[in-house]
Amino acid sequence: MLGKTAGGLYWMFRNLERSENTARLLEAGFRIALTRSSDPASEWKSVVTTASVSNAFAAKHDSYTAETVVDFLLRDKSNPSSVLSVIESARTNARMVRTDLTTEVWTAVNDNWMALSDAFKRPIRLTELPKVLGLVRQQSALVRGALHGTMLRNDAYDFAQIGTAIERADNTARILDVKYYTLLPSASFVGSPLDNVQWETILRSVSAHRAFRWLNDDDMTSANIAEFLILDARFPRSLAFCAKSALENLDYLAKDYGARSPCHDMAQALRQKQRDRDIASIFDYGLHEYISDFIKENNALGLQIELDYRFNG
Amino acid sequence: MDEEKQHFDEMHSGQTGVRLPYSDYQAWFGNEDAARLSKKSKEAEAFFRQTGITFNVYGQAAAQERLIPFDLVPRILSNREWTKLSKGIEQRVRAINAFLHDIYNRQEILRAGRVPVELVAQNDAFLPQMMGMSPPGNVYTHIVGTDVVRTGENDFFVLEDNARTPSGVSYMLENRETMLQMFPELFQKIKVKPVSNYPKNLRRSLAACAPSSCRGKPTVAVLTPGIFNSAYFEHSFLADQMGVELVEGHDLRVVDGHIAMRTTRGYKVIDVLYRRVDDDFLDPLNFNPDSMLGVPGIMDVYRAGNITIANAPGTGIADDKAIYSYMPDIIEFYTGEEAILKNVPTYRCSEPDSLQYVLDNLAELVVKEVHGSGGYGMLVGPAASKKELSAFAAKLKRKPRNYIAQPTLSLSTVPIFTKKGLAPRHVDLRPFALMSPGGIDITPGGLTRVALKAGSLVVNSSQGGGTKDTWVLED
Repeated sequence: MLGKTAGGLYWMFRNLERSENTARLLEAGFRIALTRSSDPASEWKSVVTTASVSNAFAAKHDSYTAETVVDFLLRDKSNPSSVLSVIESARTNARMVRTDLTTEVWTAVNDNWMALSDAFKRPIRLTELPKVLGLVRQQSALVRGALHGTMLRNDAYDFAQIGTAIERADNTARILDVKYYTLLPSASFVGSPLDNVQWETILRSVSAHRAFRWLNDDDMTSANIAEFLILDARFPRSLAFCAKSALENLDYLAKDYGARSPCHDMAQALRQKQRDRDIASIFDYGLHEYISDFIKENNALGLQIELDYRFNG
Repeated sequence: MDEEKQHFDEMHSGQTGVRLPYSDYQAWFGNEDAARLSKKSKEAEAFFRQTGITFNVYGQAAAQERLIPFDLVPRILSNREWTKLSKGIEQRVRAINAFLHDIYNRQEILRAGRVPVELVAQNDAFLPQMMGMSPPGNVYTHIVGTDVVRTGENDFFVLEDNARTPSGVSYMLENRETMLQMFPELFQKIKVKPVSNYPKNLRRSLAACAPSSCRGKPTVAVLTPGIFNSAYFEHSFLADQMGVELVEGHDLRVVDGHIAMRTTRGYKVIDVLYRRVDDDFLDPLNFNPDSMLGVPGIMDVYRAGNITIANAPGTGIADDKAIYSYMPDIIEFYTGEEAILKNVPTYRCSEPDSLQYVLDNLAELVVKEVHGSGGYGMLVGPAASKKELSAFAAKLKRKPRNYIAQPTLSLSTVPIFTKKGLAPRHVDLRPFALMSPGGIDITPGGLTRVALKAGSLVVNSSQGGGTKDTWVLED
């Protein structure tokens, strides 16, 4: 496979994953800001911060309102991380690597782009926001379904999976990074209504509120939430799950190609950060430090993969 | 309507109202409901858009990707008509290949005075870098698209030769695919020669042209300028259908005297490069130094015999419209036979008498740039305003050598499906020929382009033309 093609697949699926994550983030922000928060502006601001687009947003808008944030994150082409921008990048990548996609995957990506370009033609009214966000998630699920259902389990599939894992890990880690302080076991806040709102935001941003309740009998403590999102490899958006998925797919590549590269050791090290750990030891180390390390190492892993598999030359 | 009646209509010009090749189709069509067909037509458009069968129009940022309109009425040729056509094309392709080998080696046709020396020597499409070498298997024109028009029952003319990088074959294949999806029952009733072998034949034909230094199974790749090129869909489609890599210049480099592509496992040697990049951009070291699309040093690898480039660099000279005017002589010179397919009578504006005639009769003629393609820079006299005519006359006088002129042919029509029923529109035909040392293979049919505007003679997709599926009937 061409190095460029591997890179195209990897970025195509990073972009698709990002579109879905942004939709989840907005869904959670919208729900909390509208129903639970006494200070919606700060809620919207934290959505923008989590999406890592604070500077670009501030350059364009003066205030954090539902309208400005929704518009910026969904359909502003000047924001390279907006859903419209990443969907377009995903399709451009798909066109580039079309010879390595099944017709079903290509059609799903192209449909995704057509449906969302159409939905985002005009500013989104808040009343239709839930429907539009649902559409974003649904479209992305269709692409993923086509990928799993029709692609050969070869290197093309591995690169798609690795891109998904790296992007998703980054997303969950950033949510934790922005809200980590609400999870700190500080006596004065525990169990307060404020904490409950913040915790719910975190869980909703990764669509984990329901799974969490199932597994924890509604025993909502900061330690439980942190443990779930960092260490529980059963949950498909936890750091453990993503690191495991990246490692597994890199291992498939190593086996397929009969060669290991530096990225394999890095993926192993990243996965090790959740193995044989409990949440207490992470709190001891420092939750914020732990998450910052994770984000850095996950980024470095992505860059190493680009080098090892010659995405760019 | 009266004006339209002067043209030969391929469906309706028969004595009984329908020409024989169309009789089965007519019988089927007569029983179809117009509303159902309208719906099918819309489905076809959605299918094309969904599949991403689009082309990019240069200089139109807003509508970057457009569909080529597809008409659901097929263009039908009988087996007898096709046999004559394909024989004529085969003869022509053979002659063009021999001509190219000759002008880049012994130049006998120039020495014999059958083609003027200056027409070759001073031609921008003539590549001195190709002098004195023979490409692998002596094949220059691996893929040729010959544009054919028809004016009557037995009157076929070659309008131009495309020996450089003919495009459109993906539409030939997708049009058939679309028809099969929309009207499967039709293909049970009417036996049509299949076109779907083209990608397999293309790969086989390209592999058969691999350099003699190649050991084992040749590695073939398609070179594209990239996703912003107007024909990108076709490039990726062909690579996909052949099961070969689609590469860009920056994926390639010279490794140990070979061209190799950067893969996830290191560099891999390519034996045959089907390039969809123009000569000028192929090698910044040998041609246009600003090109980002090509591979520095590829010409040196080529001259050393370590890669096959398809089509060979320098084949564009055979597309030149002034060379075209000598094609009957060229065919006769190399094959010893008379041309089976006629040329359109052509006035070379480089000749003073012809220039005078062209200027005097501009309103009746079609004038083309000798190096032009895609219908750009062309004047259709009968459709031009007084102002356009006088502006063009000035251009002609300034650089007569740049132009040739031809009478406006009364192109045949084939009906298209409109809201008001069938309506005749002018068509042309581009069959695709593959050449290898093993022979010439021509896919039955080709791409029919149709001018969608009533009376219009311009079929180019960049200027509002559409396409039709082209059927060659089994006996």
